[in-house]
Amino acid sequence: MRIFSWLGFLLKITRSQVIARRYFVVNGFDGALTMLGIITGFYVSGEKNTFVIVSACLGAAVALGVSGFSSAYISEAAERLKELKELENAMLSDLYNSAHGQASRFIPLVIALINGLAPLLFSLIIIAPLGFQSHLSAYAIDPLLASIGIAFCIIFFLGIFLGRIGGVFWLLAGLMTLFIGLLTCGIIFLLTSY
Amino acid sequence: MVSVKKLVLDVLKPHAPNSLEFAKAIAEQGRDYHVAITVEEVDEKTETVVMVIKGEDIDLNAIEQTISALGGSLHSIDEVEVINHRSPD
Repeated sequence: MRIFSWLGFLLKITRSQVIARRYFVVNGFDGALTMLGIITGFYVSGEKNTFVIVSACLGAAVALGVSGFSSAYISEAAERLKELKELENAMLSDLYNSAHGQASRFIPLVIALINGLAPLLFSLIIIAPLGFQSHLSAYAIDPLLASIGIAFCIIFFLGIFLGRIGGVFWLLAGLMTLFIGLLTCGIIFLLTSY
Repeated sequence: MVSVKKLVLDVLKPHAPNSLEFAKAIAEQGRDYHVAITVEEVDEKTETVVMVIKGEDIDLNAIEQTISALGGSLHSIDEVEVINHRSPD
């Protein structure tokens, strides 16, 4: 608990909660939409080999996670270091051992983890039905359609989450992100039908 | 035994943590510390505050360490109140 309150304090003094939340939603949305696109592509092409589908989706999920982690870490570390130097100039003192110094070293790591784990987590949830193919087939449920359904649910809930932050009516915000998902599927259907 | 009853400190601190969090962190250094902070001047990244600390036996070193840990720096000790408790002979 102590480490969480300490991290919470560092997030607060650097005002990074908003950045962390934004990264979580933006990259989580990226992950969900990418999985939706890949799975829709497989569904349209009629691919039935689950191993191929899961491998492709996992590959994309891992790449999104690593990309999210590394890009956020590099940019956040540079930003935090710049802010620390500016504060040190204003304070005319070395802040390496202060909470601000610790924040400049740990906060980029926390934000990078959030940015990397969000798409990975959402991707794993979306492709989970593919791992239960035999169970779902017994109920005449196409695992690809189940994955697409979960992807739409996640996209809808991310919209609701964004709506709550922005004070927009939750259903409208959810439907807006859902529309983006439907538009993506529509474009994929159009492109693959020629 | 000499004990410090009151200190008035001139401190330069970053905007975050704010004065309330700063005061709480200082107050946590002693069982009976009473801390009052007044913001004197606000700049783009820093603020100058006057900190009044009252207690039975104030530990200035612990307070100075807390100020540094929170990114602040002690500029001057503007007022002190010290009492010598003489043991009865």
